[in-house]
Amino acid sequence: MSETSSTEAREPSIPRQPGARRTLLEVDQVVLRFGGVVALNDVSFQIHEGEILGLIGPNGAGKTTTFNVMTGVFKPTSGQVRFDGARVSGRKPPEISRMGISRTFQNIRLFPEMTALENVMVGTDSRHKTSVPGALFRLYRVRPKPEELPQVTSDVPLLRIWQQVRRTCAQIFGLSRHILEERAAEKKSLELLQFVGIEGRANEVARNLPYGDQRRLEIARALATEPKLLCLDEPAAGFNPAEKEQLLTLIRQIRDRGHTVLLIEHDMRLVMGVTDRVVVLEFGTKIADGSPDEVSRDPRVIAAYLGESVDAA
Amino acid sequence: MMDKVRATEARRRAALNGIADRWAALPPWQRLIGVAAFIAFLYYLPLLGIPGLTWLRTDSIDGGNSWAGVLFTCAIYVLVAIGLNVVVGLAGLLDLGYIGFFAIGAYSVALFGSTNSPVVKWMQRTFDLEPTWAVAWAICIPLAIALSLTSGVILGWPTLRLRGDYLAIVTLGFGEIIRIVARNLTGVTNGAAGISAIPGPEGAPSADNKIFGLQDLKPWYWLAITVVLLMVFAVRRLENSRVGRSWLAIREDEDAAAVMGVNGFKFKLWAFAIGAALGGLSGFLFASRNAFIDPSQFNATLSILFVAMVVVGGSGNMVGVAFGAVLLAYLPERFRFVSDYRWVAFGFAMVVVMVLRPQGLIPSRRRARELQDRAKEAKVSV
Amino acid sequence: MNFDELFGHFGQHTVDGLSKGAIYALIALGYTLVYGVLRLINFAHSEVFVVGTFAVLGAWTAFGLQDNPGAGQAILFLLIGLVAAAVASGGTALALERIAYKPLRKRNAPPLVFLITAIGLSLVLVEILGLLLPRLVGGVFPTLFGRERQIVGMPTLIEQKALITIGDTAITNVQAIVFVSALLMMAALDWFINRTRYGRGVRAVAQNPETAALMGVNQDRVIMLIFVLGGVMAGAAALLWSVRFGFTQSSLGFVLGLKAFTAAVLGGIGNLRGALLGGLFLGLVEVYAATLYTSAWEDVVAFVVLIVVLMFRPTGLLGESLGRARA
Repeated sequence: MSETSSTEAREPSIPRQPGARRTLLEVDQVVLRFGGVVALNDVSFQIHEGEILGLIGPNGAGKTTTFNVMTGVFKPTSGQVRFDGARVSGRKPPEISRMGISRTFQNIRLFPEMTALENVMVGTDSRHKTSVPGALFRLYRVRPKPEELPQVTSDVPLLRIWQQVRRTCAQIFGLSRHILEERAAEKKSLELLQFVGIEGRANEVARNLPYGDQRRLEIARALATEPKLLCLDEPAAGFNPAEKEQLLTLIRQIRDRGHTVLLIEHDMRLVMGVTDRVVVLEFGTKIADGSPDEVSRDPRVIAAYLGESVDAA
Repeated sequence: MMDKVRATEARRRAALNGIADRWAALPPWQRLIGVAAFIAFLYYLPLLGIPGLTWLRTDSIDGGNSWAGVLFTCAIYVLVAIGLNVVVGLAGLLDLGYIGFFAIGAYSVALFGSTNSPVVKWMQRTFDLEPTWAVAWAICIPLAIALSLTSGVILGWPTLRLRGDYLAIVTLGFGEIIRIVARNLTGVTNGAAGISAIPGPEGAPSADNKIFGLQDLKPWYWLAITVVLLMVFAVRRLENSRVGRSWLAIREDEDAAAVMGVNGFKFKLWAFAIGAALGGLSGFLFASRNAFIDPSQFNATLSILFVAMVVVGGSGNMVGVAFGAVLLAYLPERFRFVSDYRWVAFGFAMVVVMVLRPQGLIPSRRRARELQDRAKEAKVSV
Repeated sequence: MNFDELFGHFGQHTVDGLSKGAIYALIALGYTLVYGVLRLINFAHSEVFVVGTFAVLGAWTAFGLQDNPGAGQAILFLLIGLVAAAVASGGTALALERIAYKPLRKRNAPPLVFLITAIGLSLVLVEILGLLLPRLVGGVFPTLFGRERQIVGMPTLIEQKALITIGDTAITNVQAIVFVSALLMMAALDWFINRTRYGRGVRAVAQNPETAALMGVNQDRVIMLIFVLGGVMAGAAALLWSVRFGFTQSSLGFVLGLKAFTAAVLGGIGNLRGALLGGLFLGLVEVYAATLYTSAWEDVVAFVVLIVVLMFRPTGLLGESLGRARA
């Protein structure tokens, strides 16, 4: 895929200037109780546009729970989550996806029997409109851009005439939105597969991909929904050091494409290496919020992680 | 980069062999010719006289049914299977009440198109029409589709939020409700006595009908196969679109699909409605050709047979389900000499196929792969 | 709508409904047990019941039951019928599991495949009962309408007599026997599942098969056990059906099975007490509806009730779960 298309339809990458950015997502005094158990206790933090925020904490600290509140799986008992100024809680997952939040899953949840390409295309579909009548009757016509018109390429005279007829028809009647959307979806999906580095497996069924490629495919699928905020839930789980290094590069590239990234991670070193800011949870409470350096010196964070040994994680 | 994709694709094709792969590897124009030849053969089938193949004909045995008539039944069942495949195979919704939509389609043309129906008689009285008046056959087509589609939406709206097995049993109940209502509402449907004189393309059945008569059933088959081909074309369009992908995604993992922005309920309802419309259309054709229907023709056994066609043939794969439909419609007709025992044999065959080949006779490629992997997993975990 | 009749003889209709519902409940147990452990709709369970009715008929015919025997004989024939039906139904259920379901489970087949297999088995059983059995045993069964597929009549074991009369509500001896025996069977099953070692195994597998296997529960044996238990309950239902209605039919299973499944879902499938509640509830609704309209509509009412209950309480009246059946 050419270099030009990778930045097409995207905002230019945002320079790293902490403090000057506007808040993209705000978790505001969220409390979540399950019966008598307090899962989240008055958690507040913000995610700024264009940053990579790490959300860390020992096992059972409430990382994934926070995540689920942010993506609308759980409704907070009190407090709320705002995204781009709009309320998130209470909305259904497809709506939240359209608002611009996307995610990957801790235990990979691809569509196992669909090909890698189709998996990503499901993501791109969320920005498209064709439904049953559109796909069936193709009556909704759109005027194509010059490069989208059918090309006259053949050397065989008869085929050449046929291609010319199709081109003229497309010029007069336009092309159906369905066709244009399909092409756009396929192009963008291939581009995303290339971006995460598994374009060679586009036509393989997701179930048959190796573990690492499945993780990458999940990221590509999430990116396909054009999220402003991409949430990665332990993307490095089960990776060896070399793969983790590649993942770090990928996360930085994702940010450079203009996405804000929330990274939930257990592995401290991974988080310290890539994030701009870190929020630390313990027992459902926020205990630290700051730059990786500040946080790693914070005595409470060290205490929280002592039982688990920071470098072993 | 596209080259790279194509290269891996070519490797994959080379690595696998099988009819489907060889077929997919053919250049487009050869495939086009192949499809055209197959369609031509389908239209030629009722005249089948090739030496060595004539034993296929059901009238080659004593007391066998009209060959074209059996072909017509096969075509109707294929249409049913294609519709049900959208619901069961693509969207993964288990619908055991498909006969309900079939019945609604059949009763649409019976109630509005036949001069013997209480509905038409009521219209004649109310609007002061001639006693020969009835709604034209051609108008009954959209009517049947609209009514069955609407009933699909009405049934789906409350029930599609239910879990899979509950959906199965609720739909099974729906099929029974339709049949019982048709039996009990004597004032509307003539009840168990049924409705006769259901029109065909040339109007009410009579000896004067030149093409769509009662004796020569070939035109009926040609009509049905044309409808089938049109619907195959339409469903293929849906399969290879945003809609088809959404169905598959819902079938695979509904929660993950929702997070990726797929509106599960909307697409499930569409699948249900499209399935219902196709079921209604096949019921419509069935009633037109039969010229007479009564509620006992729409019992739940048939509904279950429909699901069996889809699953035995290979759920999710249109070629597979069509094959399953032909098999299940054709075998009992061809092997009439075992008459009484054919249903036992049929039941056994279903069990044997399912135990030995759970992915169906002609599985969809992806589905087969899944099952093989699952078997491997199972072996490892034991 | 005939409200006068319904409320005028409300007690009578309630009694009728309860005794009808008790039979549904017994059959529903089979669905609930299998579903609770395997998450599988054993579609062929209705045929397990029908096999039971034929076994009762066969045993009674073989032992030479005449209409209206004395009390001592009646009890003897009840026991003979129970043993025959329990063995036949339990055996059939076990055979289904061994021949069809087990191989599928070993292959991890998707649920749809189980369902289709069960449907195929159902078909085979119905045909064997309706077609082959009469030929095999040649004219042993007295049929009501000559043709072999038609309804087969049975000798009357107990003549219906009013046992207790309260106001104008009469409870017949047959109704009392049906209702009480059904309750006893269910109480016994409840005790078995909740109080015995075997029952603990069943609950363990129902809640978490992997952990149960790790704890040394033999999953295969538990599954066989639940099929046999469900079969025995269906056998008991078959006996009560024979006593109450005095006929059988190879195609009897479909609608009855559908109703029993509805009952199981109504109460919360996988929940034993739910099956009882669902069965009685369904029996009452049907009888009331049949009184209000005509009996032709009772099936429709049953399904409409099912749809409505599922819409507002998707897990049934008591909620699902074999493990938490004590609640």
